[in-house]
Amino acid sequence: MTAPPREPPGTEQAGARAGRARWVRVARFTGVPVRVSVDGIAHEAHAGESVLSAVLAVLGHARLNEFDGGKRAGFCVMGACQDCWVWVDGGRRVRGCGTEVAEGMAISTSAPRLEAADG
Amino acid sequence: MARAVIVGAGPAGITAAATLAARGVDVVLIEEGRRGGGQGYRAAPPGLDLPMRRLLGGDLAAWRRIQARFVALTMPMKGLHERFPGFAGQVEFRPGTLAWNIADSVVHTECAGTLDEIAYDALVLATGATDRIMPVPGWTLPGVYTLGGAQTALKDQGCLIGRQVVFCGASPLLYLAALQYARMAGAAGARVVGVLDTTPFAEKRRALPDLLAAPGLLLKGLGLLAALKVRGVPVRHGVRLSAFTGTDQGEGAGVDGVLYQDAAGRTQRIECDAVAFGFGLRPESQLAELAGAALRYDPTFRQWFPAQDADGRCAPKVYVAGDNCRIGGARAAEAAGLIAAHAALADLGLANGGTDTQLVAARRTLAAMERFQRGLARAFAWPHHWAAGMADETIVCRCENVTVGAVRGAVLDARGGERELNRVKAAVRCGMGRCQGRFCGNAAAEIVAAALGDAQAEPGRLRAQPPVKPLPVTAAPKEPVT
Ligand SMILES: Cc1cc2nc3c(=O)[nH]c(=O)nc-3n(C[C@H](O)[C@H](O)[C@H](O)COP(=O)(O)OP(=O)(O)OC[C@H]3O[C@@H](n4cnc5c(N)ncnc54)[C@H](O)[C@@H]3O)c2cc1C
Ligand code: FES
Repeated sequence: MTAPPREPPGTEQAGARAGRARWVRVARFTGVPVRVSVDGIAHEAHAGESVLSAVLAVLGHARLNEFDGGKRAGFCVMGACQDCWVWVDGGRRVRGCGTEVAEGMAISTSAPRLEAADG
Repeated sequence: MARAVIVGAGPAGITAAATLAARGVDVVLIEEGRRGGGQGYRAAPPGLDLPMRRLLGGDLAAWRRIQARFVALTMPMKGLHERFPGFAGQVEFRPGTLAWNIADSVVHTECAGTLDEIAYDALVLATGATDRIMPVPGWTLPGVYTLGGAQTALKDQGCLIGRQVVFCGASPLLYLAALQYARMAGAAGARVVGVLDTTPFAEKRRALPDLLAAPGLLLKGLGLLAALKVRGVPVRHGVRLSAFTGTDQGEGAGVDGVLYQDAAGRTQRIECDAVAFGFGLRPESQLAELAGAALRYDPTFRQWFPAQDADGRCAPKVYVAGDNCRIGGARAAEAAGLIAAHAALADLGLANGGTDTQLVAARRTLAAMERFQRGLARAFAWPHHWAAGMADETIVCRCENVTVGAVRGAVLDARGGERELNRVKAAVRCGMGRCQGRFCGNAAAEIVAAALGDAQAEPGRLRAQPPVKPLPVTAAPKEPVT
């Protein structure tokens, strides 16, 4: 199986793509801002925010299914389905719904090539 | 000093921990999440400005009580534990820690990539439940979540799963989640566009005698329905879900509608950009099974639960409490946590002999809640009969995209098909993916039972295997302390 295509790192701001965000925030985080990027798009998250909610504040999906490349955006939001796996900082695979954002985190919705074979 | 390990910091685990610690037992409380409270009574991350009163309504007092019990149990001791590692009779809370196996009276854990082992004299498993799923074509589309997932997005992250949300299925969480969304949606210009209950209303009426076992909860349930109506949320009963429509490809990927048949058999469609669905709960019983518990089939729920005695004993030194052994809700979980802790105390030789009035009350609560839950199982019925008519191309395993047809094919194979669920799993990989059968297992069991042609047959069950959840590829044992 070939690795899904990686989006080139860009400098586009989240606002420009806001129309794609999937989740709708109805309560604010009051903690310190935490700067992350989602597929190269800069995004200001906050302490306490999950990686999944940061991704879905920018994009409409969080990952691609390994078998048909279909977009997925999480399912259970409680650590049971594993359909929110994303990759951070160029390699580490994390469960998006159970991981908090950290300053400077570079989040990617597709696997780095080396790990693409790892289910 | 006896050591008890408790897995799960929901109402059941917290109550068991408090009861054991109060009698001087050393307690290690393991929780995969970062905070205590469990699924129903979770604490939002610090700094999330959630209006809890508006969100929880009448559940606010119970939420506060559980949270206060948890804080009293773990907070004041934090500093002391670091200074006096051997400090006795208190609770050591280990958040962010997954219990992934149990073997030879040892719990195997993983925390931030570090593996550890904890031996126990008593083990209380209070691991809760997740939504039970019957697949609907399109259920893997972005924007489709479990009912619990929709709630968690809100209660843990302050987010709605979309702007126009449909809630559907048959679950005690259905009206609860829909109303919590309706209460919070206005400010963001979002809306609950419909609630589609798959159980005919007549079944709710038939469930009344059992539901009257807990009149307060029955009233609360009716209140949810009334509150949704007052807010103008359309509620339909007795529908059959045909499909969640949309695409998973390209820029506009996502769910865009729900297609259903109303009670009169007419085809209807609601437009939406998010769906939450579920059909009751399924127990997180894998650890109990690995710890040696036998599993017992319950025909009311059409599910398997760890076999236990009246006090939660399920294997030597192992106790179960809460949703993971008997779907019962928060009040039952608290009661069961107390009862299991007393059983452990008795087995450790630490019982105080007398009849604890709390214990008597807990047993009464548990009995009433059990009856109530049987009512709920009828009022929010698991649509097992859908399995027979499900289209072959519907995906049943979302991890590996295994279709209903593939599962059926394994059973109906001309060369002598598989009759047993675990063999079907081996043949077509349904249940072998990374969720380990949590979201396909119940449906696959019904599809196999239906393909075997015996509508009355009890559905099978996928066996638990360690690790109960995937471990990080780099997980390594803790450095030995020298
Ligand atoms: C998603 C969801 C939402 C719900 N919402 C409500 C609600 O709003 N109101 C209501 O009254 N009821 C709600 N319920 C009903 C629920 O039955 C009870 O409220 C209550 O949470 C049950 O308590 P418990 O202690 O049995 O389990 P839970 O509260 O589910 O707690 C189990 C805990 O165990 C942890 N855990 C599980 N496996 C492991 C492991 N292997 N290692 C480490 N930790 C582990 C989990 O992270 C969890 O915190 C909900 C249930 C679910 C599943
Ligand atoms: S959304 Fe299911 S594990 Fe994260």
